[in-house]
Amino acid sequence: MFDNFPLWPAGASSHALPVDLLYIFLVALSAVMTLAIFATIAVFGMKYRRRHGREAHQIEGSLILEIAWSIIPMGIFIVIFGWGAVIYFHQRTPPRDSSEIYVVGKQWMWKIQHPEGPREINELHVPIDKDIKLIMTSQDVIHSFFIPAFRIKQDVLPGRYTTVWFRATQTGTYHLFCAQFCGTEHSGMIGEVTVMTPADYQTWMSGGNVVGSLAQNGQTLFQQLGCSTCHRFDVQGRGPNLTGVFGKPVLLEDGRTVTADENYVRESVLVPAAKVVSGFKPIMPSFQGQVSEEQLNALVAYVKSLSQAPAGAAGTPTSNPGTATAQPRD
Amino acid sequence: MATTAVLPERKNYINAEHGIRSWLFTTDHKRIALLYLLSITAFFFIGGFFALLVRLELLTPAGDLLLPDTYNKAFTMHGQVMVFFFLIPSIPAVLGNFLIPIMIGAKDLAFPRINLLSWYIYIAAGLLYLHCIFTGGVDTGWTFYTPYSSLFSNSRVIEAGLAIFISGFSSILTGLNFVVTVHRMRAPGMTWSRLPLFVWAHYATSIIMLLGTPVIAITLVLVVLERALNLGIFDASRGGDPVLFQHLFWFYSHPAVYIMILPSMGIVSEIVTCFSRKRVFGYNFVAMSSIAIAVIGFLVWAHHMFVAGISLYAALVFSFLSYLVAVPSAIKVFNWTATMYKGSISFSTPMLYALGFIGLFTIGGLTGLFLACLGVDVHVHDTYFVIAHFHYVMVGGAVLGYLGGMHFWWPKISGRMYPEGWGRVSAIIIFIGFNLTFFPQFVLGYMGMPRRYWDYSHMPEWQGLNVLSTAGASILAVGYLLPMVYFLWSLRYGKIADDNPWLATGLEWRTPSPPPTFNFDETPVVTWEAYEYDKMPLPEEVTLER
Amino acid sequence: MSDSHAIGETPLAVEHEARPELRHHFADEQQQRNAASLGMWWFLGTEIMFFGGMFCAYLVYRRIYFPEFAAASRSLDLIVGTLNTAVLICSSLTVAMAVRAAQMGKRKLQVQLLLATIFFGLVFLGVKGYEWSNKYKEHHIPTFHYNVVGGNGDLIKENSAFLGIDKVKNDPVKLAAREAEIQKHTQIFYSLYFALTGMHAIHMIIGVGIFSVITWMAWKGRFTPEYHTPLEIAGLYWHFVDIVWIYLFPLLYLIDRRPGA
Repeated sequence: MFDNFPLWPAGASSHALPVDLLYIFLVALSAVMTLAIFATIAVFGMKYRRRHGREAHQIEGSLILEIAWSIIPMGIFIVIFGWGAVIYFHQRTPPRDSSEIYVVGKQWMWKIQHPEGPREINELHVPIDKDIKLIMTSQDVIHSFFIPAFRIKQDVLPGRYTTVWFRATQTGTYHLFCAQFCGTEHSGMIGEVTVMTPADYQTWMSGGNVVGSLAQNGQTLFQQLGCSTCHRFDVQGRGPNLTGVFGKPVLLEDGRTVTADENYVRESVLVPAAKVVSGFKPIMPSFQGQVSEEQLNALVAYVKSLSQAPAGAAGTPTSNPGTATAQPRD
Repeated sequence: MATTAVLPERKNYINAEHGIRSWLFTTDHKRIALLYLLSITAFFFIGGFFALLVRLELLTPAGDLLLPDTYNKAFTMHGQVMVFFFLIPSIPAVLGNFLIPIMIGAKDLAFPRINLLSWYIYIAAGLLYLHCIFTGGVDTGWTFYTPYSSLFSNSRVIEAGLAIFISGFSSILTGLNFVVTVHRMRAPGMTWSRLPLFVWAHYATSIIMLLGTPVIAITLVLVVLERALNLGIFDASRGGDPVLFQHLFWFYSHPAVYIMILPSMGIVSEIVTCFSRKRVFGYNFVAMSSIAIAVIGFLVWAHHMFVAGISLYAALVFSFLSYLVAVPSAIKVFNWTATMYKGSISFSTPMLYALGFIGLFTIGGLTGLFLACLGVDVHVHDTYFVIAHFHYVMVGGAVLGYLGGMHFWWPKISGRMYPEGWGRVSAIIIFIGFNLTFFPQFVLGYMGMPRRYWDYSHMPEWQGLNVLSTAGASILAVGYLLPMVYFLWSLRYGKIADDNPWLATGLEWRTPSPPPTFNFDETPVVTWEAYEYDKMPLPEEVTLER
Repeated sequence: MSDSHAIGETPLAVEHEARPELRHHFADEQQQRNAASLGMWWFLGTEIMFFGGMFCAYLVYRRIYFPEFAAASRSLDLIVGTLNTAVLICSSLTVAMAVRAAQMGKRKLQVQLLLATIFFGLVFLGVKGYEWSNKYKEHHIPTFHYNVVGGNGDLIKENSAFLGIDKVKNDPVKLAAREAEIQKHTQIFYSLYFALTGMHAIHMIIGVGIFSVITWMAWKGRFTPEYHTPLEIAGLYWHFVDIVWIYLFPLLYLIDRRPGA
């Protein structure tokens, strides 16, 4: 039953338990107060129900009660405030020797840069039990970096850096969401955080493993790198629909016509401004330095496959946990 | 009971003059209240339509009903229509306008022509907003955050901003009228401490309307200028600060939520006293708590910004103050409950709404404590937890209070009784539908479902709770439609109402139902306290009609 | 406009007939006057909050971009601004004198003083227009060929030490970066300058409109020593608009006028 009705998020960072404890306390307090009020009203409603001949008993008030039920709630509130403040203070004070990872949010993807070199898009790999500080900024509007399982959230602002820190305590993959409305694909600006053992993390750092056919890898990359947020297959997105494009002539903004061959696809990924399709704006970011040669080959193979299979078959978005990842820069 | 009038109709404010001009150029506060009633009801259905789109889309994880931009416009316009064109005007402009002069023994508000102007400004704003809807709509979220709204959105931001800017003046003028009326127009003997709590609540609300609304007015002007003239006040790439917008926006929009709830609390005070046949417990405390909420409410705005990049110390201050503002609300809940103690309670429709208010506002207010709590807010901010919280207070609170008030004063406004059986059934349907819609959203929020998500296909485990929520919404919709139907029915077929069918205290019950145009033939001289239910006869003969 | 009523021959109704300015829902003229006055004071309170939002934005940016704000402020014409301030203060004087004239029952004097008020108001607006056209020529209006580096509206030369230009003069990269910053930050000053003075000007225009109506009413003899409430509350509005300018003037024109800074 709880597969379809999950009631509690996983807790995978050192923040999770303190936050959950406070939350449970608040839930318990609220339940008690709610039941108390409901029960009191129910009891009064029944006991003092209008009955023939019985008059109401006029009571002006009671200063003692008023003071009591002002002071006692205020006391409880101060406790909650203090408890929450302590947790918040801890949440906003990254430990001094945290590893730093840079995050850039843009419409509509998360770009992550590990200081050792690897770059990720919509994915974050971290080792377990290590203090990690994210230094984040936005390239356009305000976004918000939200990992429910870690109980962390921080708005990501243009023109400024904001930081958030965590220590992952459980291996596994967890959702990453954008939590500040940022436009059309706000709900598509999601990703996955993978917590790994130190050994696995080292392996990942120094080169990933690739499984599946080249076109299948390309499809996975197409998702992970965020291409599908603009190159949509269901409706007109900000970029051209790539179904049936490969091998055909393409009309460009400057009036030229070129054939969409392997070189064209490769150039479009690395230097998108060189050839902009007619009717579209030159807004595609460059992936120069973020994709390796193998990955470029995979993407080309995928785009090719969109002209061979029936439309839509290769285009359906799948939720694929990361199998192919960005290679470290040479 | 006879349903057709056999008595000759007395002259009252409805039949005093005929013809559409007499309504459109009226200065009678009661007629203006009815003009507002029609307008805000229309906007309620428009806002409800957008909610329907949202809840239908969320039935399935995939975004398969609407385009993402359309969905974004749906939740934006749901919020803006409901907040600015329904909730903020509703009780003050309908019940406040109708009742405040009568409750204080005056012939009209201090500035009747400004009252009419207020309605026309509201209509102009509403028409402009409708034009915005029909020419593409706006998709920024009701909160208009920059730089998305100022630089990136491709929707009708300027038009929506201007419409809301104009509607603000309607609000300001209503507040102005109420404050001056309460200060200057009270009948002899109607001292501040004899005022009905409904009037105290509206007085506090009016202070907020007057001091807060201008700030969002200028904020929207700045966004409109920024967008139209490409200025850089909120553009980080040109040295501007988008977070400054948030401070300016929330400086009004937090007190605005108290504009939405305080009048409803005033209604609850009137209803609970009447149907417990008792004076309110702790009159002074209830009256002063309204003022306290208004004042402290201006000091807590940045609790919407704990993860927005404000300093740690600012966050601490705002969290603390937010707990402070919760205390007067708690006092009210305790006082209302204590009012029922040793009373003589009957469960009429208005009383069901008032009790529903107390229960749901308690839950909504308690969940506010979660949000004021820094450690927890980081996790639940911008998730469905927040959505559930504010719907509990705004629908479970403000709307239930509004409906309770409409039922309570319907005999006075229309001269007819609504059918009591249907009234109770609707109240219960609304209560059940509401809880089913919004309680699951608390769970969804803690699970991590963010707000404003068109598609959740990567998290299919959220579907179950979303389906429950949509099912609840459809029940809620039925509950809302029923009163529309039977109120209209009652205008023709409802039992003719007595002057004081509930045997309530309050000057409004000493006028005929409906009242004559100038309320009182002679200015009353007040020599009694509010809620002197011990001096009222027992309502033995009052059987609540089925 | 007023609904028909059946009050009939009650004493209240008789009094209303005798004094047509007294509106029917008021018990007496004093109540009506008090209500009007309180209403205008509260309305001015809302206006303070309205301008307050912009003042808040101004204060935030002035604090973080002080040198640029000071440099831009110096580009405003101090003499013209001071003159305009004097004009506005005079107009408040003539309004106050007009109220006094009404209290003394002097119709002709009222009208003359009110016309003087309108005249001063129009002078103020005209001078403002002149200042704005100068700003346009100096390319200081954001989005209209805005430029403060070189050209008519150069702010760098006269303020080079203050703006930190002297320190980076020899490094072309740093110089270009600092100039770009100055361009951006001064633009915020000017955006707020035009928003604030523009909003003030709109209020002045509304004020001139209101006073045109008031002047016509005065000419028609509507104001007596017993009843001149519309004049009084319109005067309150005018004084308020004046006071807003009294705040705007030092904040915009007088940020840092130290010689040789």
